[in-house]
Amino acid sequence: MKLYEYKAKEVFAKYNIPVPKSVVVLEADEFKGEELDFPVVIKSQVLVGGRGKAGGIKFADDLNEARERIDVMLNSTIKGCKVKKVLVEEKLDIEKEIYIGITLDRSASAPLLLASAEGGVEIETVPEEKLFKKHITPFLGIQPFILRNLSAKLRLSKEEGKKISKIVSALYALFDREDAELVEINPLVITSQGEVIAADAKLIIDNDALFRHPEYEGLDEDLTPLEKRAKQKGIAFIQLDGDIGVIANGAGLTMATLDNLSFHGGKGGVFLDLGGTDDPEKVKEAILLMKDAEPSVILLNIFGGITKCDTVAIGVKDAIEIGKIDIPVVARIKGLNEEKAKKILRNAGIVAVDTIEQAVKEAITLGGR
Amino acid sequence: MAILVDQNTRLIIQGITGHQGIFHAKAMLDFSTNVVGGVTPGKGGENVHGIPVFNSMEEAVEQTHANTSIILVPARFAKDAAFEAMDSNIKILVIITEHIPFHDALDIITYAKFKKIRVIGPNCPGVVSPGKAKVGIMPSKIFREGNVGIVSRSGTLTYEIVNAITEHGLGQSTCIGLGGDPIIGTSFVDALQMFDGDDDTKEIVLVGEIGGSAEEEAAEYIKEMNKPVFAYIAGQTAPPGKRMGHAGAIVSRGKGTAQSKIEALRKAGADVAKVPEDIPKLITEKC
Repeated sequence: MKLYEYKAKEVFAKYNIPVPKSVVVLEADEFKGEELDFPVVIKSQVLVGGRGKAGGIKFADDLNEARERIDVMLNSTIKGCKVKKVLVEEKLDIEKEIYIGITLDRSASAPLLLASAEGGVEIETVPEEKLFKKHITPFLGIQPFILRNLSAKLRLSKEEGKKISKIVSALYALFDREDAELVEINPLVITSQGEVIAADAKLIIDNDALFRHPEYEGLDEDLTPLEKRAKQKGIAFIQLDGDIGVIANGAGLTMATLDNLSFHGGKGGVFLDLGGTDDPEKVKEAILLMKDAEPSVILLNIFGGITKCDTVAIGVKDAIEIGKIDIPVVARIKGLNEEKAKKILRNAGIVAVDTIEQAVKEAITLGGR
Repeated sequence: MAILVDQNTRLIIQGITGHQGIFHAKAMLDFSTNVVGGVTPGKGGENVHGIPVFNSMEEAVEQTHANTSIILVPARFAKDAAFEAMDSNIKILVIITEHIPFHDALDIITYAKFKKIRVIGPNCPGVVSPGKAKVGIMPSKIFREGNVGIVSRSGTLTYEIVNAITEHGLGQSTCIGLGGDPIIGTSFVDALQMFDGDDDTKEIVLVGEIGGSAEEEAAEYIKEMNKPVFAYIAGQTAPPGKRMGHAGAIVSRGKGTAQSKIEALRKAGADVAKVPEDIPKLITEKC
């Protein structure tokens, strides 16, 4: 779960990571200007990267200018995301910008601490030799030598090193305790007065750890309404650009089915992974969800190893009857009890074929939108 | 010979009295796996299909001299179960559970490295050596003894490929499901190394997917191998930034695309199939 900047900064503040003085605004006239010193920065709260270049960050010298810009921003769309909230912050007097991030290195199976004296730019564009990189051992965390080496690499003064070391330690504590997948400060600003402040904040929390972080439950996420509904039902569901709805069991098989579709000239509109279920109720839910995504055709690809094909077929049949689904359905169903399954499906008016290639071609023909 | 699991496997099932535990205990027994015990705290003294249930891993290992354990407990209890297993002198630990928080997985895998314990998973279907043992939840019927070693990041897609290989008249030495999570105990490179040293394995099938760089790292190793490798990569049409069902299946910041993996594998000399069904054909054509 990706957090909005203002939310991430609230978490930062809890860990004593300095953030600019700010207010969150939903309507332009909510902003009274008394809480902050001018000039201010007005930042759109959207979950897409590169919002600065897309016009999502503006400056204002006085209250009138600020309200005008807030108003424009609140009615705008940044890279396809509607702006519902803006964060107004005191503008920092920037002397230096650095980068600090902790992410997950999958190859090393370890957290990776990254830092650079060149902040404010995309970290991918910073040359390797200018990056400080250190894998962190989970049980040891940030040891003093790591901070000494980081300060040396970034050529920080003694005073800067002290302040930034404190922030790095706090950031790791946050990463660890909040079950973060990624936490990033870009830029971490050193002001002309020598203060160190997190000007931006990026924080992604592991969805699978939300059971121990109820405070993040129900936060606005970057999901379509149907994706939200699927999430509540525990179904892996992703809306894509095409028109053919693909349902399969297992993430790998669902991806492979979408790939196969595109080799034959079709285009997937929905990725729906049933997972390891053969519970007819869950299958029914999945089909009804798919119906509401309005595909031109539904392509079902089931391999029954432990999953029983016939109980999946019953769920499909029930959904078609209850949901009065008139979207054509093509099924390729193989494995445990496949003959029974095909019979059930054919009786429900579904095209049931033997190979995935046949199914894909049939779906493209029937879809044809 | 096969790898990881065979006739010498002495298996404990953690979570044996749960719905999944009871079902898969039977399936593993029927596959002639030497299941020596199960563990469910508070249910010691009971039995499941004649398998004795113990209260703790320590007690179970002491009584049965088990060397392998499989975890079939819910995600929020999996870390505790894994640490309990690793502290009881188990050598191989297979974690089936899906949705384990990745910080928990980090802790488990870091500790496993210290203790030199082989962890497979989490979020995996397990390991099968046909004719010898099954430590996992893969469907038994699709396997046949043979010489193809299979290593994969997914579940059902693997069954599909195993089944196609069997229907084509070939068989498997060992089939390993590595797991669909970003943090997993055993990598493609680990599995390739084991298959490379296994006399029963003549050909290797690698089933990868988008996300991470494990397939690219595997490609580096494949360059040095003599045994032929056949591969399939899922997610060629997946949009960037979306998690395609598996926590680990995500193209982020332009990294982890199927195209990059396919290219690396081809350059290393592997045969990459366009669709999974083509794999058996590619094997018989070449071998």
